[in-house]
Amino acid sequence: MRRTLFESLHRGTLTEPAPPHDTETAALVAELDRAALRRLGRSLAIRAVDAGSCNGCELEIIALGNVLYDLERFGLKLVASPRHADVLLVTGPMTRNMSAATRLAYEAMPAPKFVVAVGDCGRDGGVFAASPDCLGGTASVLPVTLTIPGCPPPPAMLLRGLIGLLG
Amino acid sequence: MVDAAGWRAAGASLAAGARVLVAVWATGDDAGSRVHLATRRPDGSDLAVIALRAEDGTYPSIGQYHPGAILMERALQDASGLRAEGLPDPRPWLDHERDFAFLPAEGEGLHRIPVGPIHAGTIEPGHFRFTVNGETIVRLEARLGYTRKGTLGLMQGSAPDAAVRLAGRVSGDSTVAYAWAFSRAVEAAREVAVPPRASALRGVMAELERLANHAGDFGAICNDAGFPLINAHAGALRETILRQADACFGHRLMMDRIVPGGVAADLAPVAAASLRAELPAWLGRFERLVELYGKTASLQDRVVGAGRLAPDLARRLGCGGYVGRAAGQDFDARRDAPYPPYDRHAPAVPSLSAGDVDARARIRIAEIRASAALIGDMLDALPEGGIRAALPESGGEAFGCALAEGFRGDIFAAVRLCGPVVADAFLRDPSWFLWPALEAAIEGNIVADFPLCNKSFNAAYSGCDL
Repeated sequence: MRRTLFESLHRGTLTEPAPPHDTETAALVAELDRAALRRLGRSLAIRAVDAGSCNGCELEIIALGNVLYDLERFGLKLVASPRHADVLLVTGPMTRNMSAATRLAYEAMPAPKFVVAVGDCGRDGGVFAASPDCLGGTASVLPVTLTIPGCPPPPAMLLRGLIGLLG
Repeated sequence: MVDAAGWRAAGASLAAGARVLVAVWATGDDAGSRVHLATRRPDGSDLAVIALRAEDGTYPSIGQYHPGAILMERALQDASGLRAEGLPDPRPWLDHERDFAFLPAEGEGLHRIPVGPIHAGTIEPGHFRFTVNGETIVRLEARLGYTRKGTLGLMQGSAPDAAVRLAGRVSGDSTVAYAWAFSRAVEAAREVAVPPRASALRGVMAELERLANHAGDFGAICNDAGFPLINAHAGALRETILRQADACFGHRLMMDRIVPGGVAADLAPVAAASLRAELPAWLGRFERLVELYGKTASLQDRVVGAGRLAPDLARRLGCGGYVGRAAGQDFDARRDAPYPPYDRHAPAVPSLSAGDVDARARIRIAEIRASAALIGDMLDALPEGGIRAALPESGGEAFGCALAEGFRGDIFAAVRLCGPVVADAFLRDPSWFLWPALEAAIEGNIVADFPLCNKSFNAAYSGCDL
């Protein structure tokens, strides 16, 4: 243990600089309701909900917490309860079987609240859009503030989108 | 095609342990409905599929002979509308519109804790119903189906190249293994030989997937035991592998890189050299964590003896992967039902019998070492040549099936092609046999150890919901 800690001290930090602002994400966040977001200040509590994803998006959301991306240094924190959340981060093509639970999670959040649809599935159902078991994306059930597409979106892209929410 | 007597005899051979259950599923077309049963010998050989006409929408349940089939038959009933006669537990599974009651547990002082479908962490959705006495879990029942996407239905009528994209999204953490299993089933149906370079690249991708998942989960297991230091380092190790995968194959999870006939992306020599050079240092960093894992008494206290799965139950359920191999089940499709490139690069397959969280973690550790060695060997002996064989544009009706060893265990794929499209397909996740094992292993553990035990199984939700 001591050796590991000592080496970590000497090697310096693994955490990488914040991702640069790019035009792609700038376009994603251009339409946001800035006034409402400003009321939340410089931090956002995020509740991730899997509305039927293949778990690929979850893997990349979890990666946001690793030491290279270190989500929390930006004031972005994944929380356990929707009652503590400002942002619902929704993945998956919105399966019929998850639609009720997703709606309940949104209703449990205090206002002001925002929904971020993640991945191609979250955007419009992705490859599952034609399925009778899917409603087709987050917007089929909830008002979506921001969409971060990709299959799955890499952590750097998720990070740019979420930092964009902070303005 | 067998008759009802032949079908029942197959069920009896599973109960007797002469055969191991691989999958049970249903298909239907104008000619009527059929149920299919795939089994293998315990040593991994002789993967065989039988089919039975489901007259009047019913067929004799396999689960009445072999309890390991019950969950799959419950799903089959919901998905196909067929009724499994004699199924010991006919409650719905995928269909959440129908009435559902959890199994009872009665006794003084018992109470129930409902958890999910949305869990505290960033994981897939499912409902866990705990019945507890004080802190001790008396019964756990998992109810899944929340991520049901109708994937198999979407495959019907689509070209194999489109269907493989769906196969690769049955469970995203196993996208390589799923695409490989499905592609091999298509190649078996159309009798297509994959170029040696493509097989080797598939092997490299599959072992990278195993490394990334095992490293990440090893950290997460330690995290759930209250030791985040290892998780922080393991998370960085996982990220290193994903970036190598991105550099080598153009996608961090290597989605859509394996396609029927071969692979969609070649490996550039400079990327291969970078991966080859990274591996020893990566493994060195990992070994430091293994040392820490073994020497930290507070961590060992949590993992040793927790969530014990008895080897006999693992055998009867047919548990594969690290769960089976940690509980005395010495099966790995790469070694026991070998397919290229594993015919030339046989993996070292670890086996333990303790069946607890620690044993499952130690199997993962051993598999990380084996996978790192395999990647090195495969890169050193990478054949030259093409990366994709052409599939025939069309053809008659043809059936193919295959096993591929994913990080979680063996994945089974069956496909029936008709002309240029997929008539129907089935994909069986290893988790069908892990969920009942988790329910059994958790009994007598305390509620606070559930996340730890659950993470050590890491059964897939989407993989079963289909």
